[in-house]
Amino acid sequence: MARPFSEVTSLPLPLLRDNVDTDQIIPSREMKSTGKTGLADGLFAGWRYIGTSGREPDPAFVLNDPRYAHSAVILAGRNFGCGSSREHAVWALAEYGFRAVIAESFAPIFAGNCVRNGIVPVVLDAAAIAAIAGSGGPITIRLAEQDVSLADGRRWTFAIDAEAKAMLLDGLDAIDLTLRQAERIAAWQGQDRAARPWIYLEKPA
Amino acid sequence: MAAAGRKVADPARVFAVTDHIVDTRPGRTDQTLMPGGQAFITETRAATLAAGIRLFDVTDPDQGIVHVISPELGIVLPGATLIAPDSHTCTQGAFGALAWGIGSSEAEHAMATGTLRLKKPGTMRVTFAGVLPAMVTPKDMALALIARHGAGGGAGHAVEFAGEAVRALDMEGRMTLCNMATEFAAMTGMIAPDEKTFAWLAGRRYAPSGPQWEAALAQWRMLASDPDARFDREIGIDAGALAPMVSWGTSPEQSAPIDGCVPPDAPQRVLDYIGLASGVQLKGTAIDAAFIGSCTNSRLSDLRQAASLLQGRRIAQGLKAICVPGSSQVKREAEAEGLDRIFIEAGFEWRESGCSMCFYAGGESFAPGARVVSTTNRNFESRQGPNVKTHIASPATVAASALAGCLADPREIA
Repeated sequence: MARPFSEVTSLPLPLLRDNVDTDQIIPSREMKSTGKTGLADGLFAGWRYIGTSGREPDPAFVLNDPRYAHSAVILAGRNFGCGSSREHAVWALAEYGFRAVIAESFAPIFAGNCVRNGIVPVVLDAAAIAAIAGSGGPITIRLAEQDVSLADGRRWTFAIDAEAKAMLLDGLDAIDLTLRQAERIAAWQGQDRAARPWIYLEKPA
Repeated sequence: MAAAGRKVADPARVFAVTDHIVDTRPGRTDQTLMPGGQAFITETRAATLAAGIRLFDVTDPDQGIVHVISPELGIVLPGATLIAPDSHTCTQGAFGALAWGIGSSEAEHAMATGTLRLKKPGTMRVTFAGVLPAMVTPKDMALALIARHGAGGGAGHAVEFAGEAVRALDMEGRMTLCNMATEFAAMTGMIAPDEKTFAWLAGRRYAPSGPQWEAALAQWRMLASDPDARFDREIGIDAGALAPMVSWGTSPEQSAPIDGCVPPDAPQRVLDYIGLASGVQLKGTAIDAAFIGSCTNSRLSDLRQAASLLQGRRIAQGLKAICVPGSSQVKREAEAEGLDRIFIEAGFEWRESGCSMCFYAGGESFAPGARVVSTTNRNFESRQGPNVKTHIASPATVAASALAGCLADPREIA
């Protein structure tokens, strides 16, 4: 079960680039086990550390800027999380302490992975993202109200799918939710099996 | 799933394959250069055995990249719903299936319940009118679409590829086109099934046979969109005006015709990474390595096209060049035609099937900072190795470039 989300107040980490892909969020080289943990150290490894194998922080990368040491929100451009479906990208973000990403758009698989892991994908337009970045101050994201606000009162609302919102608010387990419908699923599959038997393969001998 | 006490709802409809982790060097075993890779293979073997799931294991004659072997075995079918925890699952939309990539949690959901919770996506039709010129391929169609409409251009939509140039593609070409739908941020790409689709699937292992085949055909012939179907968005592209494409940056949207230049407004941080300047001509850029493989371009027709350019020629001196067939079956078929000899005599390594250096699969990468021309799908920073500069292109363009030792136009060699 993912950690429930109600609201977060944080200075957002400005990563104002388009097409930040999951290979950057967690490089393949940093995925060393079959588990979901131990990934935060490899988050943004290619940009965060100097050289290709060491762990010396690169001061030029924003994640190493002490002002953003406690940021729980990333502020980004278009198509955040594109590329590989690796859920490790979201596990790494969550383990590091991020609770939300604000972007102009998200790659669909990444957005789905966020919802399954308690991270809110917030879509705002370019003007709102520029205004938030320009303010240099903390923001508050409230999920129930679906809004993002600055301390000076400027406020933007965002859209989120009703089911994704409910799952994030309550940290619901999607599998449990679906298994409550087990009888309806079985009934549908029974009909479908009669209509399309070739879809329902027999167990191999 | 085991920790939550959950079981696979219907193991007969679940398949597993070793492709991302497995070594592709000749004479391979379970051992891989990837840290933890061997444990991954061993754990997968034990878990699939315990759950009753069919695994296409390292030495299985049907092993290969998931999106290559699923069609080969007739696992994907028109009208089927198919998912895999891999973004390029949209490849299989070429058969008129609803096929898309998901994360691990959703894969768990699918196995535990036989379902997924999904919000209906918007609909988009991309119509390629006209006839593709010689040496212009489905890969070039996809890169042209993404270059014009952005790597986020398909967001929120499922895309149907249509039009004369799409109908004319063989099934392998259709798979290449649909494969790149995820690089367009689309939920999936698909192509209406037709007689070519049905002929390709007939007789394959998991496809229906006998009376069930006839019943399936009757249903499949009704799957195509109606002529007057309305889509939320429409894009039109003149296939006859397309050229071979090559990427110049670190996103597939940063692609241009091979006879074009790096655009004047290219972002500076991208230019710093890729080591090119705005205005520079792409053709003639010196390369260190060439790669032919991946779920995008590793099927028999891809290898034939590259081999047609390589036959009787040698690649540039000092160039590292690798060809990785998409499946063990593709490898056997290519060897039966003598394609392996053509690649080897031209100077290519000839590998076992797997995902290989598309992304550090099997734990292998190109040399740090190398410039690589590649038939893969992603030119992301360091995807093919630390600071590796990737130029994605078609098998024809990669073969032509390998011969020339620099980015080259296949139309000038053929």
